[in-house]
Amino acid sequence: MAGMKKTAPVAVMGDFEDPDALLKAAEKIANAGYTAFDIYTPYPVHGLDRAMKLPKTKLSFFSLLGGLAGFFAALLMIWWTGAVDYKLNIGGKPLFAFQFAVPITFELTVLFCALTTFAVMLVLSKLPKWYSPYQHDKGFQRAVDDLFVVAIPASDPRFILEDARRLLENVGAKNVRVVED
Amino acid sequence: MEVQEYAGAEVKQKRWDWGKLREPLVLGEPTLHKVTADIGQIIDRPPTVKFWIAILITGTLAAIGFACIAYTVATGIGVWGNNNPVGWGWAITNFVWWIGIGHAGTLISAILYLFQQKWRTAINRAAEAMTIFAVMQAGLFPLIHTGRPWLAVYWLFPYPNQMQMWVNFRSPLEWDVFAVGTYFTVSLVFWYTGLIPDFATLRNFFRSKVKRSVYTFFSLGWTGSTRAWRHYEMAYLILAGLSTPLVLSVHSIVSMDFAMAILPGWHTTIFPPYFVAGAIFSGFAMVITLMVIAREVLGLHNYITLYHFDNMNKILLATGMMVGYAYSMEFFIAWYGANPYEQFVFINRATGPYWWAYWTMVFCNVVVPQIFWSKKMRRNIPVMFVASILVNVGMWFERFTIIATSLHRDFLPASWGYYTPTWVEVGIYAGTIGFFLTLFMLFAKYVPIIAVSEVKAVLPGSQPKHH
Repeated sequence: MAGMKKTAPVAVMGDFEDPDALLKAAEKIANAGYTAFDIYTPYPVHGLDRAMKLPKTKLSFFSLLGGLAGFFAALLMIWWTGAVDYKLNIGGKPLFAFQFAVPITFELTVLFCALTTFAVMLVLSKLPKWYSPYQHDKGFQRAVDDLFVVAIPASDPRFILEDARRLLENVGAKNVRVVED
Repeated sequence: MEVQEYAGAEVKQKRWDWGKLREPLVLGEPTLHKVTADIGQIIDRPPTVKFWIAILITGTLAAIGFACIAYTVATGIGVWGNNNPVGWGWAITNFVWWIGIGHAGTLISAILYLFQQKWRTAINRAAEAMTIFAVMQAGLFPLIHTGRPWLAVYWLFPYPNQMQMWVNFRSPLEWDVFAVGTYFTVSLVFWYTGLIPDFATLRNFFRSKVKRSVYTFFSLGWTGSTRAWRHYEMAYLILAGLSTPLVLSVHSIVSMDFAMAILPGWHTTIFPPYFVAGAIFSGFAMVITLMVIAREVLGLHNYITLYHFDNMNKILLATGMMVGYAYSMEFFIAWYGANPYEQFVFINRATGPYWWAYWTMVFCNVVVPQIFWSKKMRRNIPVMFVASILVNVGMWFERFTIIATSLHRDFLPASWGYYTPTWVEVGIYAGTIGFFLTLFMLFAKYVPIIAVSEVKAVLPGSQPKHH
């Protein structure tokens, strides 16, 4: 029975269709002190992350680490297998020289860097996660199709239901609603 | 479906209200939801009889290929035509050909992304898929060519084994293992990264429960959160930045399989750039061939427009001129280098027993693309379809010429020979074409063939104005 289930508001949501209005609204919500709000869009909207005052992603730092790991792993592998563990004289060529190590070192740098980038991107984006407290909201479902959806979650330290609702209405959001779990 | 076509002349006359000098990337000014629906319905509607007939034909071809591979492995590679002095025959020709075809996908998805060429958005998904499927075909050949693919594990990969042996890192063939392996993996990761938002878009579009579940799974629960987009866009940029030097390195390393050998006709420093240009040339030709068909069959006229083909044909013309330059420069250096063996190889290439292969190559790769100086021809679908197929015929003959003509006249005239393939080699080659087309058709039917979120992001009015 529905009455038995405890429902609590998880977020206040509102919709936008115009990217310019969305950008201005994002700025105003951020200026009002909300830090945990999010905007769901079907494609990346230029400048939205800055309008929301989100910090720049740290992904590239991890990619650099991944690339460096690949670089040194490749050199170590080529040097240790060929010049230390199993010395094989082939046509009098040196057992190790950086020249012949260049191609594989390059490839493994790229490989490690790419895989790290992909993995860390998922971790930072909190994926995979096949659940969202908003998933039954019709507007939210359209956010991957043709709607911009702003959500101020109850977990935001600044969250007061009526304030959040009024703010969304004031910044021009349509269909402002409370989403319950 | 309403189809709007713009010939070049009409475009010049019409003034776009959004103040663009360029042609629109997407015709018909669709809404955001229309883009989702146009691409989603391709997957949503049940497959037609024609689709199954096409799959049956290409699948049969693939089965024949795999039967020929089984026969080769069970009997030994003596069933192929290559022997001394021509140790590399169709297998390596096909390997280089397929790897080369893959290169256009990465060029479109990565290099054109870095150069901010927005027209890439309609074709990058299909081109990336083509890359992955082409590299799969390519990878088969060296593996079968080892004769005992089950032993190739320790010949090719450095893993600790009970013989305490390691691979020879001084060999360009070993570099190839890493180059092709990295290329395949990174292309796959790049492709999948691009697909994540589209899987999310379409999981909410489908009505079928099975399709919803599968797409939900592969979307990884993507919500379109701006917090995630910001990491995602950086990841996409980094992957594009990595793929760009990667694609150049792969065919350079493939060319070193030849250039590192001290064999007249192979031992030349022009090979890496020459191979890369040729790879992009043949890859674009394959993209055009596939896109012409996909556009007709799937009714994607508004997304893949004549503007896209015009641009691709320009690249075909440019890279065709580059390989033409490489052919003449090889000849010039053979003469200027005053090495009698080098000179012999090149004169023999053009006038010896394989003259027909050489002149097929020159005709298809240098003469045919010249037609694209004309804008009318660049926008003529039947013309570009025939030309793109001829280019790939020519590029196949280029690799065949390089391999067969350099080997068949040994330093000792007593060991001179002439190489012809057997039916088994022809069967395997045909099989890879069948396998490739089967994979591509399944992709076109069940995976969003146009990058939905990327197309939406370049629609007029989709981005804030003062940005």
